[in-house]
Amino acid sequence: MSKIESNIPEGNLEQKWSKYKSTVALVNPANKRSLEIIVIGSGLAGSSAAASLAEMGYKVKVFCFQDSPRRAHSIAAQGGINAAKNYQNDGDSTYRLFYDTIKGGDYRAREGNVHRLAEVSANIIDQCVAQGVPLAREYGGMLSNRSFGGTQVQRTFYAAGQTGQQLLLGAYSALERQVGLGAVEMYSRHEMLEVVIIDGKARGIIARDLVNGKLERHFGHAVLLCTGGYGNVFYLSTNAMGSNVTAAWKAHKRGAFFGNPCYTQIHPTCIPVSGDHQSKLTLMSESLRNDGRIWVPKKQGDTRKANEIPEEERDYYLERRYPAFGNLVPRDVASRAAKERCDAGFGVGNSKMAVYLDYKAAIDRYGKTQAKKLNIDNPTAEQLSEFGKQVVQEKYGNLFEMYDQITGENPYEVPMRIYPAVHYTMGGLWVDYNLMTTVPGMYALGEANFSDHGANRLGASALMQGLADGYFVIPYTIGAYLSKEISVKPISTDHEAFVNAENDVRTIIDKFFSIKGTKSVDHFHKRLGKIMWGKCGMARNEKGLEEAIQEIRVLREEFWTDLRVLGTPNEFNPELEKAGRVADFLELGELMCIDALNRNESCGGHFREEYQTDEGEANRDDVNFSYVAAWENKGNNNYELHKEELKFEAIKIAARSYK
Amino acid sequence: MANFLQSSIGKKVLMSITGLFLISFLVVHCFLNSFIFFNDGGVMFNEGAEFMAHNPIIRTMEIVLFIGIILHIVQALILTLQNQKARPIKYAVQNGAANSKWYSRSMGLLGTLILMFLIIHLKHFWYVSRLTDEITSGEETLFGEMIEVFENPMIVLLYVLAMFSLGYHLLHGFQSAFQSLGLNHKKYSPLIAAIGFWFSIIVPFIFAMMPISIYFGLIK
Amino acid sequence: MSTGNMNLTLKIWRQKNGKEAGNLVSYQVKDISPDMSFLEMIDVLNEQLINKGDESIAFDHDCREGICGMCSMFINGRAHGPKEGITTCQLHMRSFKDGDTIVVEPWRAASFPVIKDLTVDRSAFDRIIAKGGYISVNTGNAQDANNIPIPKTEADAAFNAAACIGCGACVATCKNSSAMLFVAAKISQFALLPQGQVERETRALNMVNQMDEEGFGNCTNTGACEVECPKGISLENIARMNREFYLANIK
Repeated sequence: MSKIESNIPEGNLEQKWSKYKSTVALVNPANKRSLEIIVIGSGLAGSSAAASLAEMGYKVKVFCFQDSPRRAHSIAAQGGINAAKNYQNDGDSTYRLFYDTIKGGDYRAREGNVHRLAEVSANIIDQCVAQGVPLAREYGGMLSNRSFGGTQVQRTFYAAGQTGQQLLLGAYSALERQVGLGAVEMYSRHEMLEVVIIDGKARGIIARDLVNGKLERHFGHAVLLCTGGYGNVFYLSTNAMGSNVTAAWKAHKRGAFFGNPCYTQIHPTCIPVSGDHQSKLTLMSESLRNDGRIWVPKKQGDTRKANEIPEEERDYYLERRYPAFGNLVPRDVASRAAKERCDAGFGVGNSKMAVYLDYKAAIDRYGKTQAKKLNIDNPTAEQLSEFGKQVVQEKYGNLFEMYDQITGENPYEVPMRIYPAVHYTMGGLWVDYNLMTTVPGMYALGEANFSDHGANRLGASALMQGLADGYFVIPYTIGAYLSKEISVKPISTDHEAFVNAENDVRTIIDKFFSIKGTKSVDHFHKRLGKIMWGKCGMARNEKGLEEAIQEIRVLREEFWTDLRVLGTPNEFNPELEKAGRVADFLELGELMCIDALNRNESCGGHFREEYQTDEGEANRDDVNFSYVAAWENKGNNNYELHKEELKFEAIKIAARSYK
Repeated sequence: MANFLQSSIGKKVLMSITGLFLISFLVVHCFLNSFIFFNDGGVMFNEGAEFMAHNPIIRTMEIVLFIGIILHIVQALILTLQNQKARPIKYAVQNGAANSKWYSRSMGLLGTLILMFLIIHLKHFWYVSRLTDEITSGEETLFGEMIEVFENPMIVLLYVLAMFSLGYHLLHGFQSAFQSLGLNHKKYSPLIAAIGFWFSIIVPFIFAMMPISIYFGLIK
Repeated sequence: MSTGNMNLTLKIWRQKNGKEAGNLVSYQVKDISPDMSFLEMIDVLNEQLINKGDESIAFDHDCREGICGMCSMFINGRAHGPKEGITTCQLHMRSFKDGDTIVVEPWRAASFPVIKDLTVDRSAFDRIIAKGGYISVNTGNAQDANNIPIPKTEADAAFNAAACIGCGACVATCKNSSAMLFVAAKISQFALLPQGQVERETRALNMVNQMDEEGFGNCTNTGACEVECPKGISLENIARMNREFYLANIK
């Protein structure tokens, strides 16, 4: 147990971070210049960390597998970013954001980290606006807010439906500024394939130049993994095609514990699967639940078209079950409720695995207010609908267009069909308060770590966490470690640890080519995804998880004997890249099932069918499971569980109700 | 300034300034030549021509005009060469019609046609009036020269075709010049576009009517 | 449900790497569903190629929801294919007919060298941004966000310019391989915002100079880029950039 120490500062919750900041060891400017930091990933966490650290004077190298750092998948976040600004005067505060996040996470997150997150949230908005991020404004010129699931205040800042894009481009511009100044060396189309550990500390990485296939050794006094989540273990998810766990998994195999791997978020509002050809799922921003109403027919197996079903025969099941939060219940609750209705035979669409998200009521409502604004006393029904559609278009236009594009249906006229899909992984590398993993000198930021969202993440909190970690946390906490490293001279990459690590990577790559089997990487990935979604998805049970573990082991065996990777290692070879990523998913998948099997309770995104209330709500077990499960990799797919007890001092732990 | 002129935008700005200058010349040229439509046996027209030939300001502007034409052509050549270099391997299939007008993509070709015409045109009139003493000696008037030249149907046809090239060149060039100068505005750009459109039709039409009218004896 | 009834002939550019020459190669795909995205159709072809023991076609793609800007195919003579306002990943096979022949080429520009098959190197864009596509504000320097009121119209205009995804369709489409729409969008975003005023002139000068150094062609105002831009970035931005640039030169 001694191996995991969360290092949360003493003192009362409100003062922990400010006290920490004033007392943490510093690195003087001259020393910063000789300290090298490697950042893997260029999303919100990676770009913001790299830019901030370079501004402070550190020598930074950034690696991303995409062709440009601007393409990291943070770019796809649509809805918004939370911040406790209380600009709307609706009673928001740091404490309330902290409380909502802990409760939203089903009391499975660390109080200290979450409070710090809430504290710095307001600074993020300031920083982004100063960078020129065009967040939405009111007519008076002030920033606009919207509401999001799991909260009762309006604290979400946004830029139409492209908030992630705009925030990422802000961080990317800060990063490119440092590249231009020579403070950051950028390595695009490079994939990290191994960490190098010397005397127990992370000292560098092995990366593959994806264009020419060369393996490169890079030294760093510290390594920051900002590599996002592992949702693609399910094959179908809202993640980008390239999103992967490889960097985090290699770190895990070299000693970094993996925290709460089974906590995955299933997003309720995605466009349903249309067929086996599907390569990814598309999310419709949660902000759509602000104005949209979710329903299914009251009659099982109703085959009528949505618009033919009269009002009284519709079941607005979220409003019925959760009157206080209605359509704005947190994601896990909304997802499960959709699954429950579909499993019970009330689903809609061809597949019957979908529910309606209806904008008719919102269009009518907005139409009326707009008519009043325009001083039209007796608007016709057409006018009302026209005005309403205009307002809806202004707010959600790009999302509606996207839906139309993918499904070929016009959502202004017929309700959208939605179904939950894998979206985010709350689990990740275990880190302490400093965001350091169990390997000294190796950090994990953003979605790649496990720390702030507990068992379920609230909407608009991922952007907040990524940027908080990068802009405002790591610049302080890394000093605690690097201040002790100032005398360490850069280690030559001829050091045997580098040589060995590179050889390990080469062995795996050569192995892929030597199998010469019959099946493509995608073949295995799809099969893994089916196992994971079926047995470790929205609902899990002991039997299913045990089966899944066996099936994954068999599949892994097959992968290593029947995989076909063509081409050569010394060229641009996307199949080789995918093979490496799927190989790691095949190991991670098993650990996720092991973790899910271990956690004999239901909490947040982890729903064990054996543990539910009579009404079908999650039944948490605070006596036995109020801990973070941190898994140590013992080699050969053996794992040892370490527990970090969660202490709740500021918050009274309670049943999580949105009724 | 040298840096500016060597930059991509600088070159475009110079293209548009010279282009607009040439457009202003077209206005004057078209206006004066229209005197033939008085159909007074070329009296008004010859007086105008006489004035143009002896006014020192006009003679100076003539030099500026030549510089303008040369700059416009030289820049166009430099830009075209750079543009060729920017895409060494061409597309096997490029559907330009889907996103732009053919004449906007053919400014170089249209310009070359206009240049070829210009050489012939200068030979016909400018050379005769400025570099020979045919007119100063009173032996011939410029109007008389016109009547003579446009007796030939092939030359009339050549002039008319050249005016089509000019029309299309202007159709893109007029508003493009404003865009290059940064004069794009939600309210005023449609106005510029409309003026450009009518200018590109009316001016070449009037020019084209000159050889046609003379050839068919409508103007004597 | 997965299989449809479209059979297509594909002519796809194959090029081993940046040094060797490439050529168009014909392939047949069968039973394509109209609900597939164009990239999913390429996935089907690649699966087919691998099963036959042929190397798959390398193409850039990542988010597959039209925002990362990575996918980049010139399809039947148009950037991102026949439909406007979308990226290739958002193009669905219902936009084609059974029996169609589809020609797929990489972005073509000297400044976007081919890496392999349909994959090109767009790092020139990053280098242009690094020369000034930012506001120099270090982390922690910011004042309260609402201390800078910005009229909604200005904020919206800046947002519209900022919507650029850096895909390079403008360069690919332009008959001159000009990058002006891309550069103009970034210069405009900051020129429209109060935060961007301090570095307004140096930004325009440095970014345009870098654009020229990268070897992009010149703008002829055909307007093709605006039509093909998946995010509808307006030509007004190019006019604004021209203005910003020569005003900066005058100073």
